[in-house]
Amino acid sequence: MHRFKAALDGLRPAFSATVPVLLGYVTIGIAFGLLLVKSGQPWWMATLMSLFVYAGAAQFMAVGLLASGTGIAQIALLTLVINARHMVYGLSLLDRFGACRRFKAYLVFALTDETYGLLTTVEPPPGVDRESFYTLVSGLDQSYWLIGSTLGALVGGLLPFESKGIEFALTALFIVLLVEQMRAVRRPAPYLVATAATGAALLAVGPANLLVVAILASIVGILPFRKALA
Amino acid sequence: MAAVTLFCRAAPFLFFMRRRPPPVLDYLQRYIPPMIMTVLVLNSYKAIGFAKAPYGLPEIVSGLAVAALHIWKRNTLASILGGTALYMVLIRIC
Repeated sequence: MHRFKAALDGLRPAFSATVPVLLGYVTIGIAFGLLLVKSGQPWWMATLMSLFVYAGAAQFMAVGLLASGTGIAQIALLTLVINARHMVYGLSLLDRFGACRRFKAYLVFALTDETYGLLTTVEPPPGVDRESFYTLVSGLDQSYWLIGSTLGALVGGLLPFESKGIEFALTALFIVLLVEQMRAVRRPAPYLVATAATGAALLAVGPANLLVVAILASIVGILPFRKALA
Repeated sequence: MAAVTLFCRAAPFLFFMRRRPPPVLDYLQRYIPPMIMTVLVLNSYKAIGFAKAPYGLPEIVSGLAVAALHIWKRNTLASILGGTALYMVLIRIC
């Protein structure tokens, strides 16, 4: 009972932290569900994918691949390329997740870009334990994606799409999280290295696989600054 | 797809379950979040057509508005909702 109440205390702050994700995930989820059904899949496929795969970019990619009859090995390989960045996310959460027990497996499973951004930037409010706050944030984020994609698959065609542009909420969320990081880490090196790495990655591989190459290049790029930043 | 995605997310935790992370990881854990946030912001801007009208102006102006609002008020929701509303207006008038 005590545990339950403690979890509820965290719900309000967790919800307000995730409102930007709500806007983005519901609208982008609707777009995904709509697209998947249009490509010939049954509506529950959207729900199943959002429940078990839960990776936005990879799910969008899968729509095209499934429609064109791509083999399972190639789908697996492309998923690996797109989601390899999450390995790096995990590396920087080893300490934060270290104390988590009951829900650690779920926290690891549900680690999307947006959830990662929130977990590394937003601190749990006083009196709310870290693990339940993290679990609430992760669970709320997935529920938004699940609701959006199911809704899109079922009734997406009926919705008047006047919400065009609302997906900018996710870009805005990343900008806010970047500003917060700049308050916490007041050294120019990581920002400059990441910008240079992204530029180099864009030149090297173009926009399609930009994210994973830029993140790996950033890690390599920051290594020489270890002494200077110590 | 579910298995590969889960593998990517779980790999570092499984790898360091018994092993002690090397000291270089302490260093990386500190600087990975700011670098990733920088990359995610830049990545959001990669699909914009800067070459033709309106030259990515709605995205740039709204993005700067989000940053300015956030530095000024430091209210996450206000910054995001304000910037998104501005963006939705701008793409309709540009």
